[in-house]
Amino acid sequence: MSNAKAPQPATQQPASNQAPTPARRSWLYRAWDSDVAYSFRTSPMAIIAGFTALVIITMAALAPWIAPFNPYDPSSLNLMDGFTPPMEPNAFTGNTYWLGTDNQGRDVYSTILYGARISLFVGFMAVLFAMVLGITAGLIAGYRGGWVDSFLMRVADVQLSFPSILIALLIFGVARGFIPPAYRETMAIWVLIVAIGLSDWVQYARVVRGATMVEKNKEYVQAARVIGAHPVKILVRHILPNVMGPVLVIATIGLALAIIAEATLSFLGVGVPPTQPSLGTLIRIGQQYLFSGEWWILLFPAVTLLALALAVNLLGDWLRDALNPRLR
Amino acid sequence: MLAFIIRRVLQSVLVMLVVALVSFSLFRFVGDPINSMVGQEASIEDRAALRDALGLNDPFVVQFVRFVGNAAQGNFGISYRLQQPVMELILSRLPATLELALISGFFAFVFGVGFGVYTALKRRGWLSNTIMTVSLIGVSLPTFLIGVLLIWVFAVELQWLPSFGRGEVVDLGGWWRTGLLTDSGRKSLILPAITLGLYQMTLIMRLVRAEMLEVLRTDYIKFARARGLTNRAVHFGHALKNTMVPVITITGLQLGSIIAFAIITETVFQWPGVGALFINSVRFVDVPVMAAYLMLIALIFVIINLIVDLLYYAVDPRLRVDRAKTRH
Repeated sequence: MSNAKAPQPATQQPASNQAPTPARRSWLYRAWDSDVAYSFRTSPMAIIAGFTALVIITMAALAPWIAPFNPYDPSSLNLMDGFTPPMEPNAFTGNTYWLGTDNQGRDVYSTILYGARISLFVGFMAVLFAMVLGITAGLIAGYRGGWVDSFLMRVADVQLSFPSILIALLIFGVARGFIPPAYRETMAIWVLIVAIGLSDWVQYARVVRGATMVEKNKEYVQAARVIGAHPVKILVRHILPNVMGPVLVIATIGLALAIIAEATLSFLGVGVPPTQPSLGTLIRIGQQYLFSGEWWILLFPAVTLLALALAVNLLGDWLRDALNPRLR
Repeated sequence: MLAFIIRRVLQSVLVMLVVALVSFSLFRFVGDPINSMVGQEASIEDRAALRDALGLNDPFVVQFVRFVGNAAQGNFGISYRLQQPVMELILSRLPATLELALISGFFAFVFGVGFGVYTALKRRGWLSNTIMTVSLIGVSLPTFLIGVLLIWVFAVELQWLPSFGRGEVVDLGGWWRTGLLTDSGRKSLILPAITLGLYQMTLIMRLVRAEMLEVLRTDYIKFARARGLTNRAVHFGHALKNTMVPVITITGLQLGSIIAFAIITETVFQWPGVGALFINSVRFVDVPVMAAYLMLIALIFVIINLIVDLLYYAVDPRLRVDRAKTRH
């Protein structure tokens, strides 16, 4: 693994988005001056992707404050406003909406903002869950070795032979079966997060295990062991920071995959409940009105999902190249 | 060799047993099986008698063994929702899914290898660049979105192809009903097959391209050129032949993925296959269908993986050495 040196700049990379001034020679300046930040500044693809992702994530996070309407407040809806085409006044009420309205008269622009919020929430939480699970398993397997290692890696092998969307779907279905009907709706988002997270932990575990096996034989770990540090402390304080580089790359690409997985499950009608529509749910609704010519209900959520997934994917690709000097 | 086969088969059996345990717990712990069988007016004594007759009071292990025995004979009980034997339901829909999966796999393989070879040989051509860029979008586009977009363009706007169903089917005797022999059946197959095969196609294409580029750099290709062989003989007789082993393996493994991804495609195109049946069973928590599908898909995956592993072992002598090294 050539990534032993790389994680240092990697952990500071997000700061480069905030356009720091070189006046203060603080960590901000060091971040701006690092290899990864330089690679970001000189890659137009990374800048465009980063900008797109940042815009969508910010707008989604601020949805309740910047959306013109609250699409899930029934009192603000008017059925007469339904099926308004984008940028055209409605035939009955004369109201104009940027991206039109859907069947129930909800502003498509607002539903997209709220939908992206849910998609991103599920995506981030699922990645976080997979990361914690995978890193823990990987650290233990790599550091301990022996039967723990063989067991975890055998489980990982078996899981890896199934596609992750299928695993997520099966876990979701099984978990739904075990939850009492009264809680199915309210628990759906968390079940979804756990299902997507569980379907994706293997990647982290494998990479962290590999890196840990390399790191644990280095002098600094031996030194820590000699002064009597607790194994948990060695793993968390000493080994973990040095294996984070590749983990960040997997997490970025994993975020794109998690967003797509969530959208797919919601599109299939087995994801988030209809009261909390994500981008996938919106596309599902849009597909129903495709034949009657209301294309905007489908197109705008689809474009948002595509832009988000593509931007995060490209960021992941760039990060992998930037953190791995061997590929250049 | 024999030890490897035995270990591999045992591992597969173990995986199947774990999956069976999950399916069985679904049956046993989701709701009360008696409640879903008898009506409201059944007395407590009747219920107790039925419970005894069905053996629900037996120890867990006994029940599990009985479940595995029944499952091995294809007996999964009766669907809660459709009130038909589960195996009958699955068998009547399996041909639709298999036809779709095999045609998609064929399409993905032919075009994937073709494009892969082309982009590897004409690395700087504009057509190669276009194919590579489009393939990047193809990887980022979620499967369901591809399906929806295809429906929009070819079914709604151009009205060339049907957007749902299987068209007319012909009975081939027994339970196999095929759509391949009628015009409308073939037409209905086109869009779903492209949707399902596109992702696999890009995967195969990228793999073939990478392998070809690797092989074209080797000495024996240089030597073949030095011998004055035609380009055609070098490219197809030597280079392509040597890239095919990993490609065939991956394609074999992808067949399982195709059957899994068929869940999504079948839902988009309302294709009356096993995947659509499964999605509905998840939505309505129809436990017998879920359990049976879980076992079926696990069985397909385990068998495919087993065959591919054994083939690999037989085909490539180098792997035997490698495997021996990593295992011990």
